[in-house]
Amino acid sequence: MVTITGINFKNPTMLASGIMGTTGASLLRIAECGAGGVVTKSIGPEPKAGHPNPSMIKLECGFLNAMGLPNPSYNEFDNEIKLARSGTDVPVIASIFGGNAEDFVKVAEGLADSEPAAFELNVSCPHAEGYGATIGTDTCMVESITAAVCDAVDVPVWVKLTPNVTDIKAIGKAAQDGGADAVVAINTLRGMAIDINSGYPILGNRFGGLSGSAVKPVAIKCVYDLYEALAIPVIGVGGVSTWEDAVEMMMAGASGVQIGSAVHESVDIFSDIASGIELFLQDKGYSAVEDIIGLSHKVI
Amino acid sequence: MKPVDAKIVEIVEESPSIRTFRFDVSFDDALPGQFVMVWVRGVDEVPMGSSYLNGITVQKVGDATSKLFDMKVGDSVGLRGPFGKGFTLPKKDEHILIIAGGVGAAPLGPLADYASECGAKVTTILGSRECYELVFEDRFSSAGELHITTDDGSAGTCGFVTTVLADMDVSVYDRICVCGPEIMMANVMKVLQEKDALDRSEFSMHRYFKCAIGVCGACCMDPQGLRVCKDGPVLNGSLLIDSELGDHKRNSSSQRVRV
Repeated sequence: MVTITGINFKNPTMLASGIMGTTGASLLRIAECGAGGVVTKSIGPEPKAGHPNPSMIKLECGFLNAMGLPNPSYNEFDNEIKLARSGTDVPVIASIFGGNAEDFVKVAEGLADSEPAAFELNVSCPHAEGYGATIGTDTCMVESITAAVCDAVDVPVWVKLTPNVTDIKAIGKAAQDGGADAVVAINTLRGMAIDINSGYPILGNRFGGLSGSAVKPVAIKCVYDLYEALAIPVIGVGGVSTWEDAVEMMMAGASGVQIGSAVHESVDIFSDIASGIELFLQDKGYSAVEDIIGLSHKVI
Repeated sequence: MKPVDAKIVEIVEESPSIRTFRFDVSFDDALPGQFVMVWVRGVDEVPMGSSYLNGITVQKVGDATSKLFDMKVGDSVGLRGPFGKGFTLPKKDEHILIIAGGVGAAPLGPLADYASECGAKVTTILGSRECYELVFEDRFSSAGELHITTDDGSAGTCGFVTTVLADMDVSVYDRICVCGPEIMMANVMKVLQEKDALDRSEFSMHRYFKCAIGVCGACCMDPQGLRVCKDGPVLNGSLLIDSELGDHKRNSSSQRVRV
């Protein structure tokens, strides 16, 4: 078991936002597959159809996607959270987005009656104009939005960060100064692929975000730096597909590990990784998960 | 995988609104019931059940399919696939019942071919609104016994596929493979449930797809969260009991909408 921002998770694995998180039923399915926590698709103030397809392609090194924040709005989504919560004890974290502090507060307040365990603020989606990373690269906006949501809700607030910045520590500090209970790092790295037969960019949005194995070293470095710079917990995400990846992320400083693209291989990945971590701890003689969180900072 | 460049080598008009497009690219490992993502560059990318190893059979319904219908032999699209889970492959001496409605015949054509080639017996109920909308009539009749139904009685039995199905003894079939409009499939499911044959049935589902590779969750069905693009599109009938089939689906914003 691991406790992050006062929430108890049966294991450190969580479903990352944007993956299998569009309906209560799919969140429930992932919870039943052994995830310690599940984070919803990012929910906004209005229904949004997202970008035209192709919206996701698998490359040799990872995945490139530009979904475009499709979501049914908080108005319809609170029922999906209620449905997920009614079927599982696994914490359900609501990911939310907006164009400004008022939007974020409106969505958070709109979802409050469905009682998510925490809110995760998406200030990091790399391909939705006016949302996500447009906000998340600006320290002032990150701090003010975080502060506004923290004022409006009485559950923990996590802030998900973009790696598409010069210094992720400065954005992390802004979230912390705004009152965030944790940061989540990283969202996808901005990227693009072109169809050489026609010259067309493949994604409907032309560019998108890179996830999967290719981004893991970037995520490890961001988590490592944030762990050092911040007093609040860091939740690691980016390219985790095995228990070894998860352990590496935790040694870099992650209190919990989110898993996204890797569900492509199997939805059973959560229980596989959780039991892999457990066996590793036993083999190495560690008494608890906490023993390896940030270990790479302590050994040197 | 990135989309493969596929040049149109043949266009067959199956009906006024349904055409088959054959490409210079063949997905030789595609199994009956699997699908490909068809990228009409600059417009959209849409899922299509493979009707041939190198072909798709398409109804004109939206932006991408309209643009596709403007295309000529020599034009090209991008293809990714084959994706998803297809029909259980028939074995020699098995007897399968195919139930196809409208353009739902598309993924069932290759199943009929496969079944007759491997020595399985095939019976088909092929339905459409009017006689000129019947798809793959010759293909199904060369695979085995064929029952035709049309809503207006312009060919075969006047009525729906369920009109014929209701009078059938389905206990003789090892499997019942279904694809068609959702309301048709929901009605077929009811009849098969009454006949206690649901666990031997397989339905090819249709939902709005985004990623098409089992990651995003846009096509998840209630209440089990099954991904139509990866756990399906072909799902055993027993998985669909008390499901959203025939009741609701999600649109591109993931809002619940009535079927």
